[in-house]
Amino acid sequence: MRDKPRTIIEKIWDAHTIAVEEGKPDLLYIDLHMVHEVTSPQAFEGLRGAGRTVRRPELTFATMDHNVPTVERTHIRDPISRLQVDTLTRNCQEFGIELADLNSPDNGIVHIIGPELGLTQPGKTIVCGDSHTSTHGAFGALAFGIGTSEVEHVLATQALWQAKPKTLQVKVSGELGPGITAKDVILGIIATYGVNFGAGHIIEFTGEAIRGMTMEERMTICNMSIEAGAKAGLISPDETTFAYLEGRPRVPKGAAFAEAVESWRQLATDEGAAFDRTVELDAAVLQPRVTWGTNPSQGIGIHETIPDPTQAQTPADKKSIEQALAYMGLPAGGKLTDVKVDHVFIGSCTNARISDLRAAAAVVKGRRVAAGVRALVVPGSQRVKAQAEAEKLDEIFEAAGFEWRESGCSMCLSMNPDFVPAGERCASTSNRNFEGRQGKGARTHLVSPAMAAAAAIAGTFVDVREFLAKEAN
Amino acid sequence: MEPIRTHRGRAAVLNRINVDTDQIIPKQFLKRIERTGFGEFLFYDWRYRSDGSLNPDFELNKPEAEGASVLLADHNFGCGSSREHAPWALLDYGFQVIIAPSFADIFYNNCVKNGILPIRLPEIQVYALMEQVMAGHTEVEADLAAQTVGLVGGERFSFAMDAHWRNMLLNGWDEIALTMQLEEQIAAYERRQVIG
Repeated sequence: MRDKPRTIIEKIWDAHTIAVEEGKPDLLYIDLHMVHEVTSPQAFEGLRGAGRTVRRPELTFATMDHNVPTVERTHIRDPISRLQVDTLTRNCQEFGIELADLNSPDNGIVHIIGPELGLTQPGKTIVCGDSHTSTHGAFGALAFGIGTSEVEHVLATQALWQAKPKTLQVKVSGELGPGITAKDVILGIIATYGVNFGAGHIIEFTGEAIRGMTMEERMTICNMSIEAGAKAGLISPDETTFAYLEGRPRVPKGAAFAEAVESWRQLATDEGAAFDRTVELDAAVLQPRVTWGTNPSQGIGIHETIPDPTQAQTPADKKSIEQALAYMGLPAGGKLTDVKVDHVFIGSCTNARISDLRAAAAVVKGRRVAAGVRALVVPGSQRVKAQAEAEKLDEIFEAAGFEWRESGCSMCLSMNPDFVPAGERCASTSNRNFEGRQGKGARTHLVSPAMAAAAAIAGTFVDVREFLAKEAN
Repeated sequence: MEPIRTHRGRAAVLNRINVDTDQIIPKQFLKRIERTGFGEFLFYDWRYRSDGSLNPDFELNKPEAEGASVLLADHNFGCGSSREHAPWALLDYGFQVIIAPSFADIFYNNCVKNGILPIRLPEIQVYALMEQVMAGHTEVEADLAAQTVGLVGGERFSFAMDAHWRNMLLNGWDEIALTMQLEEQIAAYERRQVIG
């Protein structure tokens, strides 16, 4: 008799279950634990207080990213930030954990360097004290964010108690039009289904549009699974995945690689496997998207009009639109193409990989940043930065009037010195447009790298396809 | 972690949907390396005006919310960042029970790990409680052993909670110590992986 068809989610879950007891969550084994400076100090302190050790330091990898200045990165002026970064160094030394510190060429945003180094691999369970851990799901890994108590639990036991979430298929059909990116797809999904449609679920993204994406595009998609409230988001691995991984520093080589690929191939969701729920999106109808509100679902296509609260379906929607428009300083029924931007931020674990910088540079090349706009490019890692410089992308950005910075989380959440002043507006390639995220009173609009670059040049939001069309002529 | 069996206290109403952890504790306060002292920064950007004075319009600054230990919140409470600083700030401020129609998953877990009792109730019951509290009946009683919650002297609503998390809260257990008792099973799993 053939086995019951299973999703990749069930395959990875079942393969990592250490203990199953009636009435209890499952005890899951964790293959890779990534650590950064913000959510770990209290966990290490807890271990010390209880006289515990790190059970498998070699399955743990640390980096510093949130507090890192993007100018003179090793010179942290804020003493509290510096203490947090130094504390991670001390903790890694004391507990024997490998650390890509600020001087390491491997340093960068935790969700950028995991894939880059090949630490992220199909079939692994991966956790990190950071909600954007879902990024690693692009490789067919089960990756999710955890709190600091759980960080401590994984450090001590290499395991976690987890109630098995439901499975949710998000099927993206159609082909992306020119100028439409993975960012537009994920923003489109969240706008269609809401900021908590994934709650209690793990998403598998499927469909021809996903299959046609590069690994870097898939990472953008999975990165924002948490903005749909999902526990995790992943994509079944395929040839694109294996080609990306081959030759990465931490990936098996030669015959061992071929063997790994054989086992990774078994992970993909079986034909006929059932999901608890399925939703669909046709990518072919998407316009380049811009958020207008204060959560990632509050977004529209560039040519749509900003919502009018008086047209809202429910009183709760009306209130939420009113509050968002008041905070964002936008007119109901207005056009985004009339909205001026003050800042442009190209960076973050969502959109600061080399292909993101290439897409932005293609728009910027030979043009100038509009007067009054401050535009930053913050590569996702030191490796991305080095690669971009080898391709002379830094020269294109600087010639256009962009600031070319060193890597880190930077203005995605502004724990380092980069921020947006109150009342000012930023076109940002990051993942959250929450109130105050980029600075108290800052107004964030989420966009793709190409749309951010176009906004920097135009000084307002603009359809990047108009720029691309001019080039084609 | 302190056990929590029953709790009685004043309730405050935060009638907004999708309250994210960036609002609960803004990023500038995540740089500390301790677990304590976050209460004064709770809802910082809403609680204080830009000159540093208290914002009298914010729900928790109203006189009737003073000393509240029960928070009545709306859908998707605690969404966004995984920062455990959010429940640390709520607990340090004095909240022991949070009642909402839905919570973000990571935030819910983080509450349980810190001895905050998160209670999911149907929307209609949460809104009914909110109305009563806003009308001045502010004393709420939660009983984790019986899995009921309601206004003191009013109707009690039953709530569901996973038996495992409920036991952790009721007993204030150290979860890591419990898991470490399963060392043999964890080690056996690792041996299977090496062979497999």
